[in-house]
Amino acid sequence: MSDARDVIAGRAARELQPGEIVNLGIGIPNRIPNFLDPATEVFLHTENGLLGVGPRPVAGEVDVELIDASKQPVTLTQGAAIFDSAASFAMIRGGHIDTVVLGALQVSEAGDIANWMVPGGKALGVGGAMDLVVGAKRVIVTMTALAPDGEPKLIPACTFPLTAAGVVKTIITEHAVFRFVEHQLVLTELLDGATEAVVAAETSARYRVELA
Amino acid sequence: MPAQTTTAVAAIAEIPDGATIMVGGFGLVGAPLTLIDALVEQSTATNLTIISNNVGEAGRGLGLLLRQGRIKKAIASFFTSNPEAVEAAMSGALVYELIPQGTLAEAIRAGGAGIAGFYTPVGAGTELAEGREQREIDGVLCVLQPPITADVALVYATWGDGLGNLRYRRTAQNFNPAMASAAALTIAEVAEIGPVGSLEPESIHTPHLYVNRLVPSTIRLADLQGADA
Repeated sequence: MSDARDVIAGRAARELQPGEIVNLGIGIPNRIPNFLDPATEVFLHTENGLLGVGPRPVAGEVDVELIDASKQPVTLTQGAAIFDSAASFAMIRGGHIDTVVLGALQVSEAGDIANWMVPGGKALGVGGAMDLVVGAKRVIVTMTALAPDGEPKLIPACTFPLTAAGVVKTIITEHAVFRFVEHQLVLTELLDGATEAVVAAETSARYRVELA
Repeated sequence: MPAQTTTAVAAIAEIPDGATIMVGGFGLVGAPLTLIDALVEQSTATNLTIISNNVGEAGRGLGLLLRQGRIKKAIASFFTSNPEAVEAAMSGALVYELIPQGTLAEAIRAGGAGIAGFYTPVGAGTELAEGREQREIDGVLCVLQPPITADVALVYATWGDGLGNLRYRRTAQNFNPAMASAAALTIAEVAEIGPVGSLEPESIHTPHLYVNRLVPSTIRLADLQGADA
């Protein structure tokens, strides 16, 4: 069996088109660069103020003043541009980011996303999550099908506080690709040898099946 | 008026009890570490309101000020990087306002630019919009965000000149330019202060009219992280 997170990241990498401006969230999306076809040149944006995020630096070449939004050191690509936070979020809010790929706690069958807060949890932060899902032209959610407690994450309606309503376009789990087609949730692809029955068992949202 | 070059202790001494203070940085990157250290170690100002993306880390940066019980209220987008700040907020010991990061940056920019507020779709219809004015504009639900200003801004720049012109380096820029514009008193900590004319005019990120005090930087992020390694 393959590593679920790598299956998801590998499939998500194939969603990206050459030349796209892409913002990757923390967690699974951060693995996507490992799977990108070198011929697919995308431009990675990070909301703390950089367009042109390069690979992680090798030891000894870390610049402590050059980080991504997960506060990890990065490098600059040729042609990278740096700007302040207000400009960075103007790019996001203004619709200049083609695709954001990010994780979620829950996604509903209406395309609502909850990914910033677990009630009663120990986290208190929203960061750029709301800005990104509202502003980006395309929102791709990468997440395991089940939460750590075994509950489905693709559900009829979110029970956690919403990040935004009706913004998700594509959902990639370790077993399936779902797309919203005219506001309807559609299972379009099975991954890693999964069957329709496997996907049905781990999904409580209503969806129709249109496998390619 | 040109910025006055002074020491961290003298500049920080101008901050009174009850002041609202903006502090630049994304995590510790771009944070004015020398000024924060002076505020923690050499000032007794208390009852403070802090506006910053994060409230430092546990026991580091602004996290030290929190431990001293001198922060009354914090406005930020992400408290999670300092578990002590999350705990203080949850227990009610710290009054807090959580704002989406882009809305926070734009509200500060608006504060410096004389904009009386703006409607944004970000956060509309969510828990973070509760208690705020919301209205539909062109069919999209939006929330009204007022501008954010402060009594004092503490910012960090790698390069500056004797007038107070500033130039930031790499992703240490982040919130610093907006904050420098939005406070009554802007104190800039600068790593390399050159003579007037040493910065190319087109390369200046923050023109000197925003900057009131210039303080040479003595605590560098690289040194801090080196000490941890």
